[in-house]
Amino acid sequence: MTDRKKDPRDQQPVSRRGFLTTVSTSAAAAAVVGVAAPAAAAPAPRDDTGTVAIVLRVNGRRHRLLVEPRDRLISVLRERLGLTGAKPGCERGECGACTVLLDGVTRYSCMTLAVEAQEREITTIEGLAQGEEVSALQQAFIAEDGYQCGFCTPGQVMAAEGLLRTNTSPTVDAVRAAMSGNLCRCGAYGHIVKSVQQAAAARKTGGAK
Amino acid sequence: MLPRFTHVQPTSISDALRELAAPGARVLAGGTDLLGCLRDRAVTADKLVSLNALAELRGIREQGDGGLRIGALTTLTELATHPVVRARFGALSAAAAAAASPQLRNQGTLGGNLCQRPRCWYFRGDFPCARKGGDTCFAKEGENQLHAVFGGDVCVMVHPSDTAPALQSLDAKVRLISARGSRTIGIDALFVLPAKDHTRETVVEADEIVSDILLPPPPAGAVGAYRKIRARGVWDFAIVGAAVTLGLDKKSVRQARIVLSGVAPVPWRVAEAERLLVGHELSAPRIEQAATQASSGAAPLSANAYKVMLIRGAVAEALSDVMGAR
Ligand SMILES: Cc1cc2nc3c(=O)[nH]c(=O)nc-3n(C[C@H](O)[C@H](O)[C@H](O)COP(=O)(O)OP(=O)(O)OC[C@H]3O[C@@H](n4cnc5c(N)ncnc54)[C@H](O)[C@@H]3O)c2cc1C
Ligand code: FES
Ligand code: FES
Repeated sequence: MTDRKKDPRDQQPVSRRGFLTTVSTSAAAAAVVGVAAPAAAAPAPRDDTGTVAIVLRVNGRRHRLLVEPRDRLISVLRERLGLTGAKPGCERGECGACTVLLDGVTRYSCMTLAVEAQEREITTIEGLAQGEEVSALQQAFIAEDGYQCGFCTPGQVMAAEGLLRTNTSPTVDAVRAAMSGNLCRCGAYGHIVKSVQQAAAARKTGGAK
Repeated sequence: MLPRFTHVQPTSISDALRELAAPGARVLAGGTDLLGCLRDRAVTADKLVSLNALAELRGIREQGDGGLRIGALTTLTELATHPVVRARFGALSAAAAAAASPQLRNQGTLGGNLCQRPRCWYFRGDFPCARKGGDTCFAKEGENQLHAVFGGDVCVMVHPSDTAPALQSLDAKVRLISARGSRTIGIDALFVLPAKDHTRETVVEADEIVSDILLPPPPAGAVGAYRKIRARGVWDFAIVGAAVTLGLDKKSVRQARIVLSGVAPVPWRVAEAERLLVGHELSAPRIEQAATQASSGAAPLSANAYKVMLIRGAVAEALSDVMGAR
């Protein structure tokens, strides 16, 4: 389920110029067979489609990384930083499983280049818990059965977190609207709405995060 | 994986324009359309020039004359929620709110919405279609249930933007800048019919940036609405949409603009339907007449004659919304 979908076209060279670089340098030849650029240890290839050094601020920690400009935030989070909470569902902006917060605002990490997320504060589901203790919002999803298989859940929770940061007591309609960019194949929608409302109430009374 | 490209994020407009002047360069705004196009190999790019460090291109500013200047990087969420846009440019806020999904609206910009590429499955798929420089529009003989009933020619795609018809109903202008200078054009002149050039949707040149969208003051007694008909309430593009902006006085319609989405390769203005409203009271029979007129002249393809009825419905509902909001 978490396997990336194999797209045969991934192996196509992008342009004539890109193709010429790939046949002429071994560093770029790796890209032809679809192997991601090696992690931070290797020096950046110096051709004009090479890697770039970036800093990502994720869940309050700074990470120095070498990425390719084409690397999307979801793959850098999952494959380079080991933050596998955000899920690749459709990888084309149509399901919401990859939802994260950028500067507190919900966003699809599959439609975001990692190089564009520099200087932004990135929050993933891993950033909501305090150590082993899950947040009031996550607790509400557990209490209200806001999931079945769980695949969509990290995205649902992040969409809810984005909502509750701006609207502390959303109506049912406001919850539905804010959660409408997240599909649930199991159809747990009713329970998801209840979870979000319960979390809103808990955050108010308990002062919990 | 996306194909390879380089990426720059210039911090001044002049640097951005210089970067864009290189062959193979493309503008990146929110990326919600461009990344999909690159992934599908519907477009190619050697270099992405990100606009996202250019604060000048952000934000909604009220003008002295009662109009608005909207930076091209303004997000659809900002347009949907901005109090002045909601109060006085209702068709635009409604259209922005009806696009894509909450996350995509947080990220997608107005400039990108106007410059997005067609959603035609042949264009996005592995077909050497006319719009990509081939010699066939596969939709003509193929699967065309979502395609054009007006304005089709060499290519029968429909323009995917929700905000464009709303902006046209508000008589918007678009400012384009490049290293060669700047120009301001009416939004109707932004879009290109296939009969004129079927390989491009807009007149925006490769080295140009849409910098601002300019809205004149709305007509006196302005009311606006956008009715979007789609299969699902989220993500889906308009099958048919109707943007209306009317200027009303106590008794009658003083000004009317009705522009359709989902029916033609460009936002489709229905001037004859507008004429049926001007000078008359906005009544149910009048609305019915205008809605019927809006669909007249439609030339459906093999699988999209249903759109003719949807045009009548969308226009009637948009006008009824406006009547109810008085
Ligand atoms: C699942 C899905 C559903 C969608 N549903 C809808 C919908 O219902 N209605 C709708 O209207 N759209 C929809 N979209 C399309 C898209 O998300 C929006 O149109 C969005 O506003 C595009 O803006 P962007 O900033 O992300 O554009 P980008 O992807 O950054 O750019 C799009 C194109 O415009 C060019 N461009 C961007 N900004 C400028 C500029 N300032 N000057 C010159 N060129 C520029 C880019 O080079 C690119 O070719 C959908 C997209 C997805 C993935
Ligand atoms: S994986 Fe990003 S929206 Fe589906
Ligand atoms: S819980 Fe299974 S997809 Fe939502």
